[in-house]
Amino acid sequence: MYEFDWSSIPGALPFLWRGMCISLEITLTAIGVGILWGTLLALMRLSKLRVLGWFAAGYVNLFRSVPLVMVLLWFFLIVPQLLEKLLGLPPGSDARLSSAIVGFALFESAYYSEIIRAGIQSVPKGQASAAYALGMTYGQAMQLVILPQAFRNMVPLLLTQAIILFQDTSLVYVSALADFFGAAYKVGDRDGRLVELLLFAGAVYFVICYSASLLVKRFQKGTSA
Amino acid sequence: MGYHWNWAVLLAPTPSGGVTYLDWLLSGLKVTVALSLSSWILALVLGSIMGVLRTVPNRWLSGIASAYVEIFRNIPLLVQLFIWYFVLPELLPVGIGTAFKQLDPMLQQFLSAWICLGFFTSARVCEQVRAGIGSLPRGQKSAALALGFTLPQTYRFVLVPMAFRLIVPPLTSEFLNIFKNSAVCSTIGLLELAAQGRQLVDYTAQAYESFIAVTLLYVLINVVVMVAMRKVEERTRVPGYMGGK
Repeated sequence: MYEFDWSSIPGALPFLWRGMCISLEITLTAIGVGILWGTLLALMRLSKLRVLGWFAAGYVNLFRSVPLVMVLLWFFLIVPQLLEKLLGLPPGSDARLSSAIVGFALFESAYYSEIIRAGIQSVPKGQASAAYALGMTYGQAMQLVILPQAFRNMVPLLLTQAIILFQDTSLVYVSALADFFGAAYKVGDRDGRLVELLLFAGAVYFVICYSASLLVKRFQKGTSA
Repeated sequence: MGYHWNWAVLLAPTPSGGVTYLDWLLSGLKVTVALSLSSWILALVLGSIMGVLRTVPNRWLSGIASAYVEIFRNIPLLVQLFIWYFVLPELLPVGIGTAFKQLDPMLQQFLSAWICLGFFTSARVCEQVRAGIGSLPRGQKSAALALGFTLPQTYRFVLVPMAFRLIVPPLTSEFLNIFKNSAVCSTIGLLELAAQGRQLVDYTAQAYESFIAVTLLYVLINVVVMVAMRKVEERTRVPGYMGGK
């Protein structure tokens, strides 16, 4: 039988905590960018200008049909070189990590934009007509009438997506970013205690995501009642 | 910019001889498709069983099924994969564990990836099946029971067949996800499509060609699956429901 030895975890906690901070940082960045850029994409997709609609549809469909791992590899291996050449940066200026985060955020925006589009479409048409009839411009109608109602309907879905996004951050492992999972793997590899560290990482993710999903559920009940 | 485009590299022979780089990508594509399809079957079987269990009037069974779903939904896929691949063989009885470790490494990776993707996706399928059964009018179950069907018969002949016809669209997106999620398995060294693309970059330094080709292949898989599933959707649509004829 396998003999567990958890002794390497307590000493590694500060290192793991730093990893967790990076995971949370990526999550928050991606949520922020995802909601902003996702809203813009959703508005483009619903706009009357065909070109904008096509662009948004192409963007969303492309990102949704490619695995996140591939997107991260693109942004980790290829985009930094491209930027170096295009912008004439001195070689070796390491843009790889920030590039991976940007790639992650761009990827998640595609998913956010679909949620937001559904949210906007769930607002009754009369609301927009009424806003225009009151003399509001497109911008005012969106900002003051449509989007606030849309976001209210979307909150549970946006939060659920945030939990998924938090889980997805573990995939930045492919880009050598030392997030929580990367940190746990490194410690386990160093001490020859991979089994314990992987189980520990799994347990930590489970506790965080499960409690978050319970909170979302409770919140959902609170708002719908 | 100074990049030297060279699409012909795909047709150049690899150092191991006999095959071209394109063959590498195609063999990666084969692994991706084989892995995804076999995991999908596992996910459908497990997911349907668990989905049914979640709706049965027995607190123990539905409790077990809901714990199952929560576990597989709240741990990242990558962590699950590493646990199946690195941890499980250590925890199994020594005999089985060593037997597993003596397998061909490629087979070890494939088996772990298969089980991982299958279980991971089954939790999502389970939720869809549960939602499908939940969306059926109550009268269907009552009618079946009134006709003298036992509970298992009610599920087998009435509830499950109807539920499956209703949940084809959400299952389509889970089916697409399984292909995308299979790329995660490159992290344990499984030579599927993404891994082959990376290997091609290492060997030829033609990063753009390789990555563009791999990305296009994923898009192609997506399009094929969507077209196929639309056909399935048309055939299984239930008359009288939204989207029905």
